[in-house]
Amino acid sequence: MRYLPKSDSERRQMLDACGTGSADDLFAHLPPEVRLNRPLDLPPGISEYEIIEYFTARAAENANGYPSFLGAGVYHHFRPVIVDTVVSRGEFLTSYTPYQAEISQGILTSIFEFQTMMCQLTGMDVANASMYDGSTALPEAAMMAARVTGKGKVVVARSVHPEYREVLQTYAKRQGMPVEEFGYVPDAGVIDLEDLERKIDGLTAAVVVQSPNFFGVIDQVKAAGEIAHRHGALLILVFTEAVSLGLLEPSPEVDIVAGEVQSFAISPSYGGPFAGVIATREKYIRQMPGRLVGQTVDSRGNRAFCLTLATREQHIRRERATSNICTNQALVALMATVFLSVYGKQGLRELAEQNLAKAHYLAGRLKPRFSGKFFNEFAVRTEGKKPDAVNRELLKKKIVGGLPLGRFYPELADSLLLCATEMSRRADMDAVAEALA
Amino acid sequence: MIKKVRSHISQNEPLLFERSSPGKRAYQLPELDVPAVDPAVELGAGNVRAEIDGFPEISEVEAIRHFTRLSTWNYAIDYGMYPLGSCTMKYNPRVNELVAKIEGMAWAHPYQPESLSQGSMEVMARLESALAEITGLHAVSLQPAAGAHGEMAGILLIRALLEKRGNPRKKVLIPDSAHGTNPASAAIAGYAVENIPSNEAGLLDLAALERIVDGDVAALMVTNPNTLGVFEQNIVEAARILHSKGAMLYMDGANMNALVGIARPGDFGVDVLHLNLHKTFSTPHGGGGPGAGPVAVTKELEPFLPIPRLKRSGKKWAWDYNRKQSIGRVRAFYGNFGVLVRALAYILAHGGPGLRNATVDAVLNANYIRKSLEPYYDLPYASPNMHEVVFSDARQEKSGVRTGDIAKRLIDYGFHPYTVSFPLIVHGALMIEPTETEGKMELDSFIDAMTSIAKEVEDDPQLVKNAPYSVRTSRVDEVAAARKPVLRWKPGN
Repeated sequence: MRYLPKSDSERRQMLDACGTGSADDLFAHLPPEVRLNRPLDLPPGISEYEIIEYFTARAAENANGYPSFLGAGVYHHFRPVIVDTVVSRGEFLTSYTPYQAEISQGILTSIFEFQTMMCQLTGMDVANASMYDGSTALPEAAMMAARVTGKGKVVVARSVHPEYREVLQTYAKRQGMPVEEFGYVPDAGVIDLEDLERKIDGLTAAVVVQSPNFFGVIDQVKAAGEIAHRHGALLILVFTEAVSLGLLEPSPEVDIVAGEVQSFAISPSYGGPFAGVIATREKYIRQMPGRLVGQTVDSRGNRAFCLTLATREQHIRRERATSNICTNQALVALMATVFLSVYGKQGLRELAEQNLAKAHYLAGRLKPRFSGKFFNEFAVRTEGKKPDAVNRELLKKKIVGGLPLGRFYPELADSLLLCATEMSRRADMDAVAEALA
Repeated sequence: MIKKVRSHISQNEPLLFERSSPGKRAYQLPELDVPAVDPAVELGAGNVRAEIDGFPEISEVEAIRHFTRLSTWNYAIDYGMYPLGSCTMKYNPRVNELVAKIEGMAWAHPYQPESLSQGSMEVMARLESALAEITGLHAVSLQPAAGAHGEMAGILLIRALLEKRGNPRKKVLIPDSAHGTNPASAAIAGYAVENIPSNEAGLLDLAALERIVDGDVAALMVTNPNTLGVFEQNIVEAARILHSKGAMLYMDGANMNALVGIARPGDFGVDVLHLNLHKTFSTPHGGGGPGAGPVAVTKELEPFLPIPRLKRSGKKWAWDYNRKQSIGRVRAFYGNFGVLVRALAYILAHGGPGLRNATVDAVLNANYIRKSLEPYYDLPYASPNMHEVVFSDARQEKSGVRTGDIAKRLIDYGFHPYTVSFPLIVHGALMIEPTETEGKMELDSFIDAMTSIAKEVEDDPQLVKNAPYSVRTSRVDEVAAARKPVLRWKPGN
């Protein structure tokens, strides 16, 4: 086998050194009843060529080269070439979690840069080294809010990504944290502040809103924060479209940010791997989940970085840890860091402006369902046709249409959620507009 | 004597923010093919941010040099053996990287129509069935994003089944040799944790188990082979005790690299198991992630698996969301698909017989290290080991040298350290897992280094205590980092 670097004579020498007759003897101590007395029922190994052939054939069964207007938490942005160049380096790709700081300064430095840029983008004081993804960052943020406030209830907007809310439910149910949802204003697509006032109470630990929300609408973060704080709750802000941070002003009302950075050069990859992030105020650092990299010095006085505040973490605190999370998504966070270094201060803004322009061009040819201001995504009624029928029509033109909102919102069964990014071509947007005409 | 390495020039590099100068750029966007819009109008003036203070502006060549220079400050499997016990740092085949990047795989949107996702779904279905065969269990969910996430999902599954039986019960038993994620995951799933001591052989104490398991116990979480690298000899009997009292057996699959093709958890009484695809199935650790932590379960637990589930609908795959007993979602979409592709590529490359051969070599390597280092380091437990071996620093401690010091000295010899001070049941543990992808020459070089350090401890303990010397970053002050946390760059710090 090509991944096993030993000759049979070397194996023999090693067995002799161990005083073992045969390789099988190494397993002689296993109770006979646990042994598998047959070969695994899997085909024999195949060559590199055949592996490539197999996956190329599978990839051909997926959509290939279709322009797509899907967003809904996963966005199609251009991936600068050097992102792959950097993350393909074995020193990043094949290294472990940087517990041994002296020989891990590369990844530690890059995570420190990631944390810094997440703070700059979100307006927060501190950001962690990344979470599995945005959907798992949300329940971690909610549990964090419960630790900070000593309360347990979570009030979450229905305009937060539906699958994120499902993940929140899974975690919250076992934490004894009641989750209550509040609605959106049917015309504007922004959160319904009156409904929030009805649902929030003195037992509420956190209010959760997303902006741009699931409908693409810039939501009323400040107003939600004022209501949350009046009731002694924290405001958690979710974002799924990180490119919007290039233009949107962070709200000072936010206490915890739970976001997804997939937009920063992470390929959609059928839903993962992505990277989430939690960012917050300095005063809540010790209640944060996940890994943190801090700056320090080495014994010669040179600047150095290391994992820090580990006393929050499971390998020290076990069942009393702030979270069970062990891995972060270091390589994915590195992709985002390279992406942000390529675009930089001006580029990220220009990129966001292009997204804004493309989506508003498409919207200009259609009639957005909601009146609220939006970034690069918006809902539209498929007048007279079913959303699925519109998508089928577009598929005939080799275009993947939008997300039928009825899948998650029965009351929006007549609507599609459309996303346009810098990758959307005018001709394809015109085709979408025609299909919806 | 240090033979494996000698030092060479290493480049200094400032942080991105310190390289920045206004107007430098590494990007060029295409000309807009639609009219530009005014953000203040379309977003509302109050919603548009001013310039992002301190955000970097650098050129492309500087970006490449920045990250290339940083990369050379890392140790990696591609440099050499990475003997971290319980972490299974094996070679990451490059064809796996290539196939994960094929356009139809990498650019598949999770909400694209099922009719245009059949390739992704087939890959997932094939991986599910391969993992079911390898584990001897009935069904597999690929949704959990990492090992600890799989643990949480697994315990939630147990809870759901017990609830259906009428009583979710109150506590989860965890041996004192377990990984720290086990108790943390049980707590997230809403259980109290009761630690149970190992017996004098470092194994499950059956008598204690028989005594402790009662109607309040939901499950025992066990790692097998355990964190000493020793197979739990009484696992079948432990399963019987648990099952007879209505409790379940959860297995942490962190050490599956010792068992693939040799023994199957489903055959020895395990109800739920999580796997770490980034360990046993060779997907790269990437400096701490991404990983994937599938859960495998018995038929009885299958109805509770996270939604959605793959199902066959005629000749096509479909996602089934309509599963009333499911624990719900543990993450958005379907799992870390890119990681799943790599794991399947690994399984296809080895095939059934090849996977078993890999296990045999992994166990042979660990035993070879044990035999070679036993004269120099204390072996606290004499039981036969499988894929990893755990020594203690008892002999070196007499000279004032601890496991952490030996680990740092190993860096000077050109190796990544082993796992330090774990498992907790061994005083001053040195936990060594070579994996099957180390050749005899690399193993001999490691053994040589460890032997040499053992002699240094006798001759000049201070030499070992102040290590490392040859790296660009000497011993890092972790205490100072925690005392006054600096977690982001700011101008002037």
